[in-house]
Amino acid sequence: MVFAGMFYIATLLLVAGLAYKIFDYSRTPAPLVIPTTPAPTTQKGVVYRMAKEVVLFESLFKSNKWIWIFGWLFHFGMLLVLVRHLRYFVTPIPEWLVFIQPFGKYASIMMVVGLGGLLARRFLVDRVRYISTPSDYLMLVLLLGIGLSGMLTTFVVHTDIVALKQFFMGLMVFDIQPVPEDPIILAHLTMVALLMVIFPISKLLHAPGVFFSPTRNQADNPREHRHVAAWAARLDQNN
Amino acid sequence: MAAAEFDIPEVKETIEVPKLHEGVMAHVKSFPAPKPVQDFMGYPHELVEDWKERAIDKMGDLLGKYRSLKVFLDACVHCGACTDKCHYYLGTSDPKNMPVARQDLMRQVYRRYFTTAGKLFPKLVGAKDLTKDTLNEWYNYYHQCSECRRCSVFCPYGIDTAEITMAGREILNHVGIGQKYSNEILGKVQKIGNNLGLPGPALEDTLAGLEEDIEADTGVPVKMPIDVRGAEVLLVTPSADFFSEPHVESLIGYAKVFHAAGVSWTLSSHASEAGNFGLFNGNYETMRKVAMRIRDAALDLGVKRIVVGECGHAWRVAYSFWNTLTGIGYGGNDPFSIELQKQLDHNYPQPQHICELTNDLIDQGKIQVDPSANDDLVVTYHDSCNVARASRMGDLPGGQFVIPRDLIKKVANNFHNMADDTIYESTFCCGGGGGLLTDDLMEVRVKGALPRVTALNAVVQEHGVNFMATICAICKAQFTKVLPKYGFDMSMVGGIHQLVSKAIKLDVPEQAD
Repeated sequence: MVFAGMFYIATLLLVAGLAYKIFDYSRTPAPLVIPTTPAPTTQKGVVYRMAKEVVLFESLFKSNKWIWIFGWLFHFGMLLVLVRHLRYFVTPIPEWLVFIQPFGKYASIMMVVGLGGLLARRFLVDRVRYISTPSDYLMLVLLLGIGLSGMLTTFVVHTDIVALKQFFMGLMVFDIQPVPEDPIILAHLTMVALLMVIFPISKLLHAPGVFFSPTRNQADNPREHRHVAAWAARLDQNN
Repeated sequence: MAAAEFDIPEVKETIEVPKLHEGVMAHVKSFPAPKPVQDFMGYPHELVEDWKERAIDKMGDLLGKYRSLKVFLDACVHCGACTDKCHYYLGTSDPKNMPVARQDLMRQVYRRYFTTAGKLFPKLVGAKDLTKDTLNEWYNYYHQCSECRRCSVFCPYGIDTAEITMAGREILNHVGIGQKYSNEILGKVQKIGNNLGLPGPALEDTLAGLEEDIEADTGVPVKMPIDVRGAEVLLVTPSADFFSEPHVESLIGYAKVFHAAGVSWTLSSHASEAGNFGLFNGNYETMRKVAMRIRDAALDLGVKRIVVGECGHAWRVAYSFWNTLTGIGYGGNDPFSIELQKQLDHNYPQPQHICELTNDLIDQGKIQVDPSANDDLVVTYHDSCNVARASRMGDLPGGQFVIPRDLIKKVANNFHNMADDTIYESTFCCGGGGGLLTDDLMEVRVKGALPRVTALNAVVQEHGVNFMATICAICKAQFTKVLPKYGFDMSMVGGIHQLVSKAIKLDVPEQAD
């Protein structure tokens, strides 16, 4: 019961919070053309540039190979892990989802190695230590906690997976089912709920934010196309 | 009072990333603007009583008008990728010169007053109260950023510290803390027409003198027209081109190009400045007011083309912002834009860079050049930051790297690039841009130049480079001042059109009686 409530609240805060921030970013104007050049001159080119950033972490690769490798391993590992978790939310399970189960499970190693490397950097590199706030360390610890508890329950101390799926399937139709009482899975679920709650009020906003970054999402065509924000256009009327 | 003495950094073989030393540049303070300067700009001249409310208010205002500010303050994950990318960190080792830390000076305050986490758990997320100390730190470190955007190349989200610096300076001005250097210049350009405060008659006199010099030197009566109605091209160039060395050599080069190509052109006393310091201080209205002088001159003189001379941040403003601010460009379908668009020649981009113009003329065979005139030089090219990371030339992305180099190679036979990771989009700022080209910031300028000097030194040693071409008036002024401190000759700095001026073939007229 408690866990059901926890997830309903967490989901509400995550969805409402993200929706609000995305709405806020989208209605805040970008009055000047400021892509970091060289930049694509067409919208299609921008989509391609953004794809390279989000899939390959292009700028990070140019910048620092260590952060790139650890960061990319973590994100890509997490992506595979998250996708394979879909099995707890759908019945019957489609073939492709069955196929990726082992990938999703072993990707947890990539995820944890990536996170571990990023956490180590915060201790070992003076420049990164200087800029790290308590929340920076805790965010990595939280994600590691989720990854490690998940790995424990997948590889070492199995939980009642049937009951767990019934719990989540029930949640989606407001038919509350009991959650397995085992401490590792409860810790895992609690940490996940915490992550959901803090998502829209933390630096995890880089996820929607990157798509709104004017230095990456603008086309470089200011001579050919006049770009002017509504608030700035009013100045034209006085001339 | 002379600025404090400081040590010139040692130039090593490679650019090293130093270990951080807290507070080593905490003493820097650019001269604050006096009352008359602030008054003209509409700002208070000393810290106002309600500075805290006003500053937070202004921050909120800017957050609502600039998506860049809002996203950049939210999206940083403190990954540290940017920490070794800023030339001011590399040259000073002060950690607040790391881009992320420079942004954090504002981000910490943003979090405290504008975010849930910062309001509820400040210590957890590094949120800080806005205090007078904060304002002093902002004034200090936002005048150790040249707004060169190098950090934005390397940030996974493209966070551009320049946007934060601009907002920081705007907030500071609003509570009564302004920089003398930039604000004085903004006063001059709005009252007189250019950053140097050169009035029309003085300008005409200077140009007449230059005409005499060119004719004495070449035997050809190359003209420097000003305020000519009906000319085809309006040239807008940095006012330093009118009488600083080596800048004036480029001005002479532009005049020779127009003469040889038979293109009618004119300067304008109303728009006698390409530079726009409104960019540096993050005030849209001021930047627009300064830019409008060019539109007004273009309409008044009835020109068909607007061309910009060798100036870095001016080219950023011209290329990226003039269309937005003043309608100089194409694609607008409102009355304001159409009024200017209809008189412009659609066969050319508007505005156009003088390098694009000259390069095209050579390609089309409309002017002839002899590169052997520059055989005494082994040339390298310094990509100015605003040109490299905030503009384009030609039709393809990256033209701002290719076109200047192509032009150099047409007028000089010996060319070598500096190291790849110090040029093109990774170019190192000269250290003097963004409102920092003032003697009271000499320590910042000298130390900030270290990475570029290191790269230059390498090609001097390896290839005998003895000339560094650059197309920015600030770079030229900065390098001629700072390179000698590192043991280089100031005459090794010059513009591309300085090289063009030597190589261009001008017809010597028959003896007139």
